[in-house]
Amino acid sequence: MENVISKGAKQSVLGYLATAGVVLLLLMVFGLVMRTVQAGGAEIPAEIFYQLMTAHGIGMVGIAGICGAAIMWYFLGHYVKLSTPVFLLNMVLFLIGVVMILGAIFIGGFAGAWTFLYPLPAYSGGAWEPGAAVVHLSGVLLIGVGFLLFHLDTGWAILKQYGSLGKALGWPQLFGGSTEEAPPPTVVAATMVLIVNVLGLLAGATILVISIVNLLVPEFGIDPLLGKNMIFFFGHVFINATIYMSVIAVYEILPRYTGRPWKSTKPFLLAWTCSTLFVVIVYPHHLLMDINMPTWLAVMGQVISYLSGLPILVVTAVGALTYVHRSGLKWGMPASLLFLAVFGWAAGVIPAIVDGTIVVNLVLHNTQWVPGHFHTYLLLGVVPMAMGFMYFITNNDGGGLDRAALWAFIVGGLGFVFTFLWAGRESVPRRFAEHQSEWMDVDALGAIFAALAILGVVVFAVRFLSRLGQTAKA
Amino acid sequence: MQDLAWAISLWLMALLAIAFVYVAVKSGDKADAAEVMSTAGKIRTALFWIILVAGVPITMVTLTDLPYAAQSDATAQIVKVEGSQFSWDISPTRIVTGQPVEFHVTAADATHGFAVYDDTMTLLTQTQAMPEYTNILKYTFAKAGTYKVLCLEYCGSGHHVMSEEITVVAAGGN
Repeated sequence: MENVISKGAKQSVLGYLATAGVVLLLLMVFGLVMRTVQAGGAEIPAEIFYQLMTAHGIGMVGIAGICGAAIMWYFLGHYVKLSTPVFLLNMVLFLIGVVMILGAIFIGGFAGAWTFLYPLPAYSGGAWEPGAAVVHLSGVLLIGVGFLLFHLDTGWAILKQYGSLGKALGWPQLFGGSTEEAPPPTVVAATMVLIVNVLGLLAGATILVISIVNLLVPEFGIDPLLGKNMIFFFGHVFINATIYMSVIAVYEILPRYTGRPWKSTKPFLLAWTCSTLFVVIVYPHHLLMDINMPTWLAVMGQVISYLSGLPILVVTAVGALTYVHRSGLKWGMPASLLFLAVFGWAAGVIPAIVDGTIVVNLVLHNTQWVPGHFHTYLLLGVVPMAMGFMYFITNNDGGGLDRAALWAFIVGGLGFVFTFLWAGRESVPRRFAEHQSEWMDVDALGAIFAALAILGVVVFAVRFLSRLGQTAKA
Repeated sequence: MQDLAWAISLWLMALLAIAFVYVAVKSGDKADAAEVMSTAGKIRTALFWIILVAGVPITMVTLTDLPYAAQSDATAQIVKVEGSQFSWDISPTRIVTGQPVEFHVTAADATHGFAVYDDTMTLLTQTQAMPEYTNILKYTFAKAGTYKVLCLEYCGSGHHVMSEEITVVAAGGN
């Protein structure tokens, strides 16, 4: 039985989305500046470039989390009883964390990238003081604590309603032959995210605390390879969880246009159970160039990378195609953006799997191939999921301007990610403040496409913000 | 290898795009949902098996020759590499073609990425340069020439200037 979302809860979700829309645009502009600088179209000191890069990276990860949390919380609230104060507390901690992070970066000069790869925060090369690194990492920690509380609340609510995580994942229907109706897709997805993200956040909090102590007491340190494992486990899980939270918008909104409800079928339940396991154990594919890692872990990283594609391509992508095919669908903006988002997610998985092959990773790791594939499933996956939800919650099917913006976003987004992938093919390193002249033509093309995609998002965000007042009152 | 990765990715993404465009074009028609679901179920099963049948041999082939040094080669040329903010210390920087090279790679401060590029700026091989660890990277140079070393792991404000050269001479030459 579906609950009705209260007005206060809906307003909280709108607050999340408004924050996400504004910050997303700002961070996209940071990205455009970086591509323009790499193309030779503007000059900024390298220190500033890396500060922008750090803000862009950590900010986008955080905003993807905020978008995912808003989508998941809104729809999960239809099935279980969630706490609005905890939801708001997450946002408050997020905003405090953002202020700390921005202060550490643009006042303190911290530029350790969003991965804060231990022990880099303690080795600034003269660019920042340890205090700036402590403030930055503490800000990230605070945001992590907020998300942990958020998940504990969703976990508590799910357990109260369904009795166990296994039941919420539909295991009695999947493995036990139960003929009862399985939990809805939103509950299954939220349970998966709960499991993986609590593990990821705990690992992230641990390495953040260790890094902070290392900065305050340099004699205290840990094995850098262990630190790297913890960071990439946390980073991989958290960013993937943002997609798994956001895809709930597809399950919930698309059926309202197609008239075909998205059901928790056995393949669906199996896919989500497999994804729960895969997301947790696949992270060694980020460490394939760490020759000192046990070889079996690298092999597992490759094999699980391959297997991870199956639930996404065979279940979610085929599912979206099935529900839309010959459904008599009238394309409003929510449906259009969400359909695009499933494509973006599935398409991004392909170059990611290719790069997850050890012998390929040898020549693509840390080239621009990497931002190529993750921008595919974040820019063309998570962003349209969030934007589709914004159009949905403001009850806006869009008009001519919105459709023009959508096409600008599609062309700009696709062009942008392909310039990254092409540059990866050309062995162009990622995260370089200055580029060689032979790399600049592709950079310039990337900047043009980025500007086009940003133009689309400006329209999406402005349309959302302009209807915010009337939606909040409704 | 880069060209192959590009071609495979491009073709598979194009196939996916065609499927999405086809469904979007056909979405305006109205058909019985059960009929569509039934056909889709068959396609999904076929797709699952195609991916699995293709995936197993691809996995096996790609895992047969891993770039991880199983054991040290007595005939190899040993090149010691240490990365530090923001330079490389490489010794010796002159090596010969045809004879395996073992790069013993470490770092003095933060983590760096030791990457070898040829004269066309194509990435040939790489490994992480980590403090407290020595990664042994094996590579055999087929062609004489000047090779460039760049840092591929972000290491701070001078990351992009961490550049060094290696000279490879023909075996038996001076």
